[in-house]
Amino acid sequence: MIHGVRGDEISAGGGIGGGSVRSPADPRDERPPSLSALARRRGFGRALDRLFGWTAAVSGTLVLLILAYMVLTTTNTALPVFTSEGISFVTGTEWLPSRGVYGILPFIYGTLVTSIIAVVIAVPISLGVSLYLTELAPSWIKGPIAYAVDLLAAVPSVVYGLWGVFVLLPLFLQPAAEALSSVFGFLPIFKAPATGLSYFGAGVVLAIMIIPIISALAREVFRAVPDDDRLAAYALGATRWEMIWEAVIPRSRPGLVGATMLGLGRALGETIAVALLVGSRPTISASIVQPGYSMAAVIANQFPEADATGIRALVGVGVVLFAITIVINMAARLFVWRLVAER
Amino acid sequence: MRAARGSGAVSGTRGSGAVSGGVLSERPSWRRLWSDRVATGVMFATVLIALLPVLLIFYYIFREGLAVTNWEFLTQAPPFSYRREGGGYVNGLIGTLMMVGMATAVSVPLGILAAVYLVEYGGRNLLASLIRFFSDVMTGVPSVFVGLFVYTAFVVPFGFGALMGAVALSIIMLPIVVRSTEEMLKLVPQEIKNASYALGAAKWQTVLRIVLPSALPGITTGVLLAVARAAGETAPLILTAFGSITITTALIGEPISALPLAIFDGARTPFAAGQARAWAGALELLAIVLVFTLLARVAASRSSISR
Repeated sequence: MIHGVRGDEISAGGGIGGGSVRSPADPRDERPPSLSALARRRGFGRALDRLFGWTAAVSGTLVLLILAYMVLTTTNTALPVFTSEGISFVTGTEWLPSRGVYGILPFIYGTLVTSIIAVVIAVPISLGVSLYLTELAPSWIKGPIAYAVDLLAAVPSVVYGLWGVFVLLPLFLQPAAEALSSVFGFLPIFKAPATGLSYFGAGVVLAIMIIPIISALAREVFRAVPDDDRLAAYALGATRWEMIWEAVIPRSRPGLVGATMLGLGRALGETIAVALLVGSRPTISASIVQPGYSMAAVIANQFPEADATGIRALVGVGVVLFAITIVINMAARLFVWRLVAER
Repeated sequence: MRAARGSGAVSGTRGSGAVSGGVLSERPSWRRLWSDRVATGVMFATVLIALLPVLLIFYYIFREGLAVTNWEFLTQAPPFSYRREGGGYVNGLIGTLMMVGMATAVSVPLGILAAVYLVEYGGRNLLASLIRFFSDVMTGVPSVFVGLFVYTAFVVPFGFGALMGAVALSIIMLPIVVRSTEEMLKLVPQEIKNASYALGAAKWQTVLRIVLPSALPGITTGVLLAVARAAGETAPLILTAFGSITITTALIGEPISALPLAIFDGARTPFAAGQARAWAGALELLAIVLVFTLLARVAASRSSISR
């Protein structure tokens, strides 16, 4: 039943003009209003109805207007830097605001590397958790585990940053980075000297932040697989893992791609946790255990001290970041939407 | 399928009760059984890995935060130096409440009206499809970009202030409210709308007095989640509210603090006293966010319409 809706809330005559509710005390009073009364009210009522419709339409259109205005204003502000730097704004490797040199490739590189590390760590874990919750877990434990993982999504990013710097860095990131470089140091991507304040450190914290996003979507996707497919696989003699691998995963692939891309989109735009953990060095390093920078982090860190041109350059960084995340997000939405349309 | 070209055996008792008993007694090869066991173990391990950060975060926030939280912390502004102990984040709390409150007051009515347009008026027409798609896109816009926009559009002419922070937060909240409200409005059965029309109610009356009240618990859930999200946002506030260590309630022309801003500052200071305040601030912020998240859950569970 729908609550909050009682029959007597709708007045029989249309109740236009404040929507008066007649007392249902004496049912004999409930006569339909005369036609002339209806006609008199109709002009006003129609106007009110049209006004309401227009208000709703304007509110909806506002979303589009805000988005368009955001793109125009920021691009316009960054335009002088775009034109003075030209293509070297995105291909330049030198970021020297004091000398007016603005090359943001180190930030683009850092954003992509930290996000890819995050996705590489978060996707297998999220898929494992979601498969466990949909295919294996006894029902009494499903709720608590799903709830605990969802709690990760509620933690603000500045809290992740604080915790990452003071707890995870000494506890795990620093030793793990050193271990990686001492064991795999011959590979360029783990070259020493290693530090926890690095692409790797930021990537690990980002991974923790996007696990709830990816696993929540993956859970929905797995749940959408029809039970008939599962039973068919079992009937052919499949073990549970074979059933998952042959029946559940293939069906879920587009949805999983969408979930991964939404997680990636979130990681790309994440600011504060990365600003605290990436090491804040505007260089490009092949080694993921060395410090770097990201686009969002440089905006947050350097904004308070930037001069007028520097702020224009930071806005330019924001425009490039926006463009990258928009492409990723639109692609993800198209994947998810196609999946919904197929159902 | 690989399963089909195995030994042709049906073990059948695994997982589904549909084929219980096992028609054939031959079991799957040891390789297949072991890969099943290993995969099960891996899935279980991923759950433990995912739960570990949850425990670590909550344990440390509570341990470090409770050590500093006291009445002084909740009612005082921080001292002028990060080195000095004492003081608190009441300036941040005031800023957060002001900015999130104003952002909610703007984005919730607008978002609900937009959702009403999508469900009751737009349907599948071009404008509605565009709004739907770009609201989805907008939820993915990095919040720091929203901050840059508000900075260039409003802070440059009018200066830093609570109002600018509120504008940024409302832009972040708007698409969340639109999409979550739309999902709930779609669930309101057509029958009760028809019943309302049959009684002579106009469309606006039907929307305001039938559709919205029916979907209220679900809408509340979406709104509360949007509030929780806004309360935790840091990056856009750096560029709009800027932060301050004094108590202010000015709407405009004066930088204002917020809990996330104060925590961010504390996390970057090398001084123990400043860091300690950041932990207590994190506990305070987490408590606020969790209260809204839990209220959202309660509202969701009270919803009488569902998929």
